[in-house]
Amino acid sequence: MSLLSVRDLSVKFAMRDNTVTALNQISFDLCKGERLGIVGESGAGKSITGFALMNLLSRPGYIDSGKIQFLGEDITEMSEAKMRSIRGNQMAMIFQDPMVTLNPVLTIGQQMVETLQAHRKLSKSEAEQIAIVKLREVYIPSPEERLNQYPHELSGGMRQRIIIAIALLLDPQLIIADEPTTALDVTIQADIMELLLELCESNKVGLILITHDLGVVSQMTERTLVMYAGRIIEAGRTREIINDPQHPYTQGLINALPQQTKPGQRLKQIPGNMPSLTAIPRGCPFSPRCEYAQDHCLTEAPKPVQYTHVEVACHEVNRLHSDKAEEMIG
Amino acid sequence: MSAPQPLLEIRNLEKRFELDRGFLETLKFKGGKLVQEKREVHAVNNVSLEVAPGEALCVVGESGCGKSTVARLIAGLLTPSAGEIHYAGERIDDRSRRALMPLRKKMQMIFQNPYASLNPRMTIQQALEEPVRYHNPALSKGEVRDKVAEVMRSVGVDPSWAGRYPHEFSGGQRQRIAIARALTVDPEFIIADEPISALDVSIQAQVLNLMLEAKDERGLTYLFITHDLSVVQHFGTKVAVLYLGSVCELSDTATLFENPKHPYTRALLSAVPQLKDDHPNHIRLRGEIPTPINLPQGCPFESRCAHANSRCQTEKPRPQQQPDGALVACHAVEEDRLDG
Repeated sequence: MSLLSVRDLSVKFAMRDNTVTALNQISFDLCKGERLGIVGESGAGKSITGFALMNLLSRPGYIDSGKIQFLGEDITEMSEAKMRSIRGNQMAMIFQDPMVTLNPVLTIGQQMVETLQAHRKLSKSEAEQIAIVKLREVYIPSPEERLNQYPHELSGGMRQRIIIAIALLLDPQLIIADEPTTALDVTIQADIMELLLELCESNKVGLILITHDLGVVSQMTERTLVMYAGRIIEAGRTREIINDPQHPYTQGLINALPQQTKPGQRLKQIPGNMPSLTAIPRGCPFSPRCEYAQDHCLTEAPKPVQYTHVEVACHEVNRLHSDKAEEMIG
Repeated sequence: MSAPQPLLEIRNLEKRFELDRGFLETLKFKGGKLVQEKREVHAVNNVSLEVAPGEALCVVGESGCGKSTVARLIAGLLTPSAGEIHYAGERIDDRSRRALMPLRKKMQMIFQNPYASLNPRMTIQQALEEPVRYHNPALSKGEVRDKVAEVMRSVGVDPSWAGRYPHEFSGGQRQRIAIARALTVDPEFIIADEPISALDVSIQAQVLNLMLEAKDERGLTYLFITHDLSVVQHFGTKVAVLYLGSVCELSDTATLFENPKHPYTRALLSAVPQLKDDHPNHIRLRGEIPTPINLPQGCPFESRCAHANSRCQTEKPRPQQQPDGALVACHAVEEDRLDG
C-alpha cells in the first residue's frame, strides 16, 4: 500500500503584483518503508516539496492545486489541529542545521518529553524512559546524562543524532530529511547516514531524503526524483538514474562531478545558471542550458513520459538516446 | 637530484589564539584557590610545507583542523606565533604591512563566500579597477579599463555588465568576479580558501574549470584549501592532510589516493559518498575531533584511531618519509603494524 501519494502538486508564492510558481505539478508515490531521494540544485524546489508535505508552508507560499494523500487522507484539506496530530507523530522532519533546530534554552530531556507528551498521555518519568531508549538507538553514549544537558554542550554530530532520536520518538511512518548532513564533516556525515539507513530499515520507516549530493542519494535511497526549476524532470530507481541518466540535466549533473573526469582535465560543465523562479523560461525550463534543445523545447513544456526504465520529462530523449547509441557504435 | 627552489616554504609554523584576554579573564577558581591560567587554541602546530612553482597544493581536513588559519598566515592576514614563511627565498612572516605590499601583487587570495568578499556598494568595475590602479599607478585610465575588460572576458563575465553591483549577480558569477579581481594584478601565487564550497554542483564545475584554465594559461601556483576530496583529486598535484592543526600525511595526489597510509587519511577517503557501489566500506571513526584548546600529549588522532597504542598516547609522531615519497606522521605506519 502506498504511504504517500502526491498528485499534480503546485505551490505558488504571492508577490506584490504577481505570483511565482515554486512547484509545478509534481506527482510521486512512496511505499511503506521505501527510501526516496530528491536531488537538485538550490532553487529547484526540493525544500519547498518537504515543507508542502508537512503542510508547513507559510505565507506568502501556498498550495495552489493538487493532492497529498498520506495514509489515505488528503493533507491539503486537513484542519491545522488534525495536521498537528500527524506532524511529529506519523511524519517527522529533520532539518539541515542541527544548531538551530533544537531549542537552546531547553534541555534535551525537556524537548523530548514535551514532544512525547504532546501526542501521548504519559507521565514525565515514562516519557523519559522512552527518550532514553531512543537516544540509545542512535548510539548516544550515557543517554541518562544527556537528558539534562543543553544543546550547546554537544557537538554538531551529537546534536544531529539527537534530532534523529526526536524524529523517531513517536515511531513515525515517514521521515523527511532536508539536507541532514550538509552542515557536518564527511566522517560525521558517513556515520549519521549509516545510522539513518539502519533505523529506517529496522523500523520500516519511509524516508524522503532531500539533498544536493548525488553520492549521498546513491548510497541511501532506492528511488530518486531529480528536480529542476520546480519540476520533476526525471524519476526512477536510483541505481538506474545514476548509471544511465536520461535527462540532459541529470546527465550534465553527474558528468560535472570531478570524479567523472581524469584528474587535471577540464570538467564537463553545464553552461549557464538555474533560472530564478520569477523568470522561468517558457517551454522546457532547462532549454536555455541544453545542447539538445529544439524549437518546440522553447515553447512547449515536456510532460513526463516513461522511457526505458525511468520517467523523464524531455522532448528530445529519443534523439539523445540514438546519439548515445551511435557514439557507442562509432 | 636538485629540486627547484620552492616558491613558498613554511617551516615549523605555529599559531595560537588566546582565549583569555586581559588579566581578569585569566583568573580561575581551582580547588578553592584563585589561580592564573591562560587558555589558548592551538590552531596550527608545527606545520612545514613547500610549494614549488606551477604546483597546486591542496590542504584538506575537517572543520576546525586549521586549514583556513594556514591560508591566512601565508597571506599575511594573521601573524604566526612561531615558525617561518618564505616566499621566493625571502622571509615574509616578520615583515610590516607596508613591506608586504609589493608581495600582495604576486600573491592573491580567493575566499569561500562570494557574497561577503565583494563590497556591495562598489560596482564590479570599481571593485576590479581598485587593485589594478593601486599596484600599477603608472597606468592611464584607458589602460586600466582595458585591463579590467580583458580579465572579465577571461573569466566569462560580459564586460558590458561592469556597471552593475554584486547583488545583481548569481553566486557562481560573483565567484568568477572574485577570481577576476585576484587575476587583475597578474599574480603568480593564488591562495584559494574553499572557493567552490558555497556553489551548486553545476556551477562548481564552471568555477573549477576557470581556475584550471588560469593555471595553465598564466602558469599560476595554487594553495587550495578544501574539505572536498573529489576536488582535491582533480585539482591538486600535492595534498596535505591536516588534523587538529598538524599535518598527518603529505604526498603526491595520485599516491595519496592510490595508497593512503595514515589511518585518518584512510577514514577520510572511505567516508566520501561514492556514486557507484564498488568501493570499500567506510571506516568508522570513534568520537569526534577533540577541541584544540587542550591538545593531547601524544598523537592528535590517538583518541579516534583504531590502531592506537600506549606509545601513541604519550609521544607525538614525527613525519617520516615513506618509500613512495609520502610524508606520514604515524607510529603505526612507522612500526608497520597497520595492515598486519
